[in-house]
Amino acid sequence: MDDLVLKVVARVIIPFIQVYGLYVVLHGHLSPGGGFAGGVILAGGFILYALAYGRPALDSLLPDRLAALLESGGVLWYTGLGLVGLLTGSAFLANARAGFPLGVPGRLFSGGIVFLLNLGIGLKVAATISTLFRNLQEEE
Amino acid sequence: MQNLEYIAAMLLYVTGLGIMLFHSNLIKKIIGMNIMETAVFLIFIAAGYVRGGQPPIALPGEPLLLPVNPLPQALILTGLVVSVSITAYALALLREIYRHFGTLDAAEIARRKGELT
Amino acid sequence: MKSVLIILLLVCLAALLVAVALDMPPLGEPSTPANASPLTRYVIANAVRDTGSPNRVAAVVADYRAYDTLGETTVLFTAVAAILALERGRKDEKSNG
Repeated sequence: MDDLVLKVVARVIIPFIQVYGLYVVLHGHLSPGGGFAGGVILAGGFILYALAYGRPALDSLLPDRLAALLESGGVLWYTGLGLVGLLTGSAFLANARAGFPLGVPGRLFSGGIVFLLNLGIGLKVAATISTLFRNLQEEE
Repeated sequence: MQNLEYIAAMLLYVTGLGIMLFHSNLIKKIIGMNIMETAVFLIFIAAGYVRGGQPPIALPGEPLLLPVNPLPQALILTGLVVSVSITAYALALLREIYRHFGTLDAAEIARRKGELT
Repeated sequence: MKSVLIILLLVCLAALLVAVALDMPPLGEPSTPANASPLTRYVIANAVRDTGSPNRVAAVVADYRAYDTLGETTVLFTAVAAILALERGRKDEKSNG
């Protein structure tokens, strides 16, 4: 587990993987991708980090408690956004009728609830997939 | 041979089922299950394909002449996540089984359970 | 004996499924029932107006079928919770002897 080539290459490409993952999450309503695909790419960066630098390094970067918070928070964020629709007198998970501004189609901050849901799902999926990896990886 | 993709998906499904039935190793059974899931996804995606079509992404002013069908793709996005969840949980259960029995062979596990009871 | 039965079953199933595949509407035509359904036409025509999202797939996943996606995230959450419960249960067993 002490491979210099792997460590150097991982250090160079992990930022690009993470930025690409964030791009896919944030542009989910404009280009192919979305919360799930982008979240998996983000988690891929974390998994590469754990493989190159070992489990303790990943544990200090993304502690168990933070991952658990993101997972539970993702579902709560989703349900909360749905309840906004109920509170404003419209349907559960309603978009424009619940008062979310649709914006100008094609801009980054547009699409109302689509953008917000993609953001929540992306963070949740990133935390979930790295937790799955951490738990299925055999501890030495 | 116009429905080649459908035929490929059907054969993929049968292949996965064959792997699940022939092998008694539980990891191989999970691999077979994943192949069957992939076959179902392939059928759905192929059903929504339009020959020479473009991705269903366009702003109001842009032309969208021949878009592929977005609905099966959205359905399969759901299916993919469920497939990942099931695979992960199955692998976690397999690890517990291995810790308990020391083997992943389904016939061997059944035999030992018969001895225990 | 058992493997002969399995092969027989698989061959019968493959023949049935390939017959179904040959009978399905031609792939890739815009006029197949799936591609020509009113729902597909509605989503492609009105997704930008309804949701403000040019990506129709994202519009379907996060707006038209958002309730379904809520269930999907719940499935993922439940899987992780179950895996963590398995792991914690084993650790508790070990520490209690």
